[in-house]
Amino acid sequence: MTGLSPIDYRLMLPMVELTIFALGLLLIDLWIPPEWKWLNATGAFIGVLFSALCVWQIQAILPPRGQIGFYNSLLVDRFAIYFWYLFLAAAALTILGSSRYLDIENEHRGEYYALLLISVVGMMCMAAGIDIVLMFVGLELTLIPAYLLFGFRGRHGKEKENHARAREAVRKFVFHGLFSSAIFAYGLSLLYGFSGSTNLAHIVRALGAVNPRDPVVIIALLTTITGLLSKIAAVPLHRWAPAASETALTTISGYILSLGMAAAWVLFLRIVVFGMLPLRAVYAPVLTVVAIATLTLATVAALMQTNTKRLLAYSAIVHTGYILLSFSVIGSERIASPAFFDALKAMLIYLPVLTLMNLGAFLVIAALRQGAVLGDDLADLTGLFDRSPFVAVTMLIFLFSLAGIPPAAGYLGKYYIFRSLVESGHRSLAAAGVVFSLLGLLYYWKIAKPIFTRQPQPNPPLPVSLGMRSTLAITALATLVIGVYPRPLITLVSWVLGIAQATHVAGK
Amino acid sequence: MTPPMTPTMTPYLFYTLAGLAIAGSTLVVTRRKPVHAALALLVTLLAIAGLYLMLYAPFVAGVQIALYAVAVTALFLFVIVLMNLLLNQPLKLQPPSHSVLRFAHRDYSRVWPVGLAAGCGLLASFTYALVKSRTLFPDRMVSPSGSNTQQITTLLYGENGRPGQYILSLEIASLLLLVTIIGAAIQVGSSRSVIAPLKKEEPRPSVEDRDERRITNH
Amino acid sequence: MLPITTVHYLVVAAALFGIGVSGVLTRRSPVIVLMSIELILNAVNLNLVAFSRMWGNPQGQVFAIFVTVAAASQAVVAVGVLIVLACGVVARGAARNREPSPNHASLPNGLPNGDAE
Repeated sequence: MTGLSPIDYRLMLPMVELTIFALGLLLIDLWIPPEWKWLNATGAFIGVLFSALCVWQIQAILPPRGQIGFYNSLLVDRFAIYFWYLFLAAAALTILGSSRYLDIENEHRGEYYALLLISVVGMMCMAAGIDIVLMFVGLELTLIPAYLLFGFRGRHGKEKENHARAREAVRKFVFHGLFSSAIFAYGLSLLYGFSGSTNLAHIVRALGAVNPRDPVVIIALLTTITGLLSKIAAVPLHRWAPAASETALTTISGYILSLGMAAAWVLFLRIVVFGMLPLRAVYAPVLTVVAIATLTLATVAALMQTNTKRLLAYSAIVHTGYILLSFSVIGSERIASPAFFDALKAMLIYLPVLTLMNLGAFLVIAALRQGAVLGDDLADLTGLFDRSPFVAVTMLIFLFSLAGIPPAAGYLGKYYIFRSLVESGHRSLAAAGVVFSLLGLLYYWKIAKPIFTRQPQPNPPLPVSLGMRSTLAITALATLVIGVYPRPLITLVSWVLGIAQATHVAGK
Repeated sequence: MTPPMTPTMTPYLFYTLAGLAIAGSTLVVTRRKPVHAALALLVTLLAIAGLYLMLYAPFVAGVQIALYAVAVTALFLFVIVLMNLLLNQPLKLQPPSHSVLRFAHRDYSRVWPVGLAAGCGLLASFTYALVKSRTLFPDRMVSPSGSNTQQITTLLYGENGRPGQYILSLEIASLLLLVTIIGAAIQVGSSRSVIAPLKKEEPRPSVEDRDERRITNH
Repeated sequence: MLPITTVHYLVVAAALFGIGVSGVLTRRSPVIVLMSIELILNAVNLNLVAFSRMWGNPQGQVFAIFVTVAAASQAVVAVGVLIVLACGVVARGAARNREPSPNHASLPNGLPNGDAE
């Protein structure tokens, strides 16, 4: 083995860029006077742009099978590049939308952006990692800034009655997260025990040689998947999501529930689909049951909510349920069969759209704050259309997308998932999915209704900052464009999976 | 020098250390005073370090003692003391209730049988699984060649000018520690921002008042 | 007696795991919940080191070191969050009664925040 080659450095460059900018922000923040704090946001945004540029450079020279680097710990294949772009885009949108919001909440510090950028570094590790050590450390690197950002209390967090809620929320979010990380680590240790190597490729090979119904294998499966399910907020380990969304600052809730969940899904896909592929007949039924439970419980809970942010959190959980449904297809089909790839394709289409629409919805709530409205209660949304038609229309687009109504992009993911379910014979699951989608219309209507009611005396107009306006515009536009013209996204996903097909056929 | 495969003392040493670890961990989750739990945790961590030594992993045992048994335990003890101080809780507790079932006061959650059942269930099922699948884990105990620390550092830092296999994970872990430090700095800052406005409101005897009082007093 | 095999160590680790899980689910005091999570992570480490011995390569031990590092940073972060919240409680209490309370748990004396009187 020779030393690190220039290829390795190039693969690492996006992460390095983000780290450099994060460290720079930490230093610059010490010298910036309070009224110039938006420079932090600008610096962070530029950092994300540079990182995206480096990702593009990698993509330009990427061999078809993906590039392995760092002694088999990093596999930057098309899957990784796809999600790297997604993470960077969502991070850029969050940064754009946070600046004025943080000003209002008195929490405008450079550490916010630095933690955000470092968290994205962790997500990139998870997406491109092929060594379970790297993936575990990446997971921690993603979550610990989230716990710290969760502790930013904002103006209203320092008040009396919010402290008790904050303690409960800390227990539910931080401790629950640590607990599930620990369980996940236990599963990883067993995976290492089967294979004697921390490389996911070796683990797949070793798991292929083991009897899938062996008790210890089941335990390894159980613990690994439990840990991962908690990260994507599936029932019964979903309690952290409403707590996190309610008590954290809105942009942070948005970041955790959209970007954080997307990263958790990427880890889930990498480990469960790519890493534990031989065992899919065992875990697929479990995941299907979990999916139905998630859909049911989250829908019921969402219908009962009066708090906007909790409702959005439960809606995010419902979407997790939809994505989990496609695992029944993955479990029952042969590898490299078209149905298998259809299911994967559905998931890969769903995830970016889901991230965008979740993030957009939370950013709209953050935009409300700029009008001195807390946005917690559904009643706070009343008359939004009168106050700011722009914000109301973008929210409508996001709601359409979440509910799965064309032309907003949300219907795409659901359509592909249901289609793959029907084509592989799981018609009842598809029917259940459609039923839950229709029920979803009810609770999204709960959000939409106050926005478009006309009030007897009109409220003052909502001043929305340029940053927030551009963020909302970009996100809403992207949602609409993808919904109206999905061909590029689908081609992109097929390109991503084209390589996965060759990988599996080659028996990697 | 290869160590013998089953030296004579091994079973006794193993059962002692294992028993110590399990007893310590049971104490951790059952003690009512957090200080007792922290000390039980210390015993558990040291016993586990002993088990690592039995597994011919001296470096990991050293890391375990230095990081866990020293740093984390000190952290927990400090936070227990600090929380007691901050929340003004009396260090002695209320007298225990007589009925065993009335654990439902502030130490244990109200649904403690669920947790207990879950823990015992997990333990039983894992043990059953592990014992049943004994064949999966061959009995061989491969004797290590060379120095253990050397091997680990080769994996981490490499040798002869090339980095080790886990160099990227190492860098990411160092980022993780940086995040921890940032977090500590933020939290000091945020608590100060809570404390500072309150300090301003409390009336302070000014220097002149104090001098005047001293002059008038004698 | 039976010769000690890998499975013995794995059973000890499983025991620690089970006890840790029951601790997390049962106890209410956040510090003790944190300690239980540390127990679970120690179970993970024991698994890893035992497997490392079984397979004869030090990769498991390296993984164990990384898990230890992650666990330590988790503990620090969680502890910090707890203290910030406890500070908030005290701030609320001190704001409620204006005069400094007689026991030394009031803010200026109790907290080492570096400001001299």
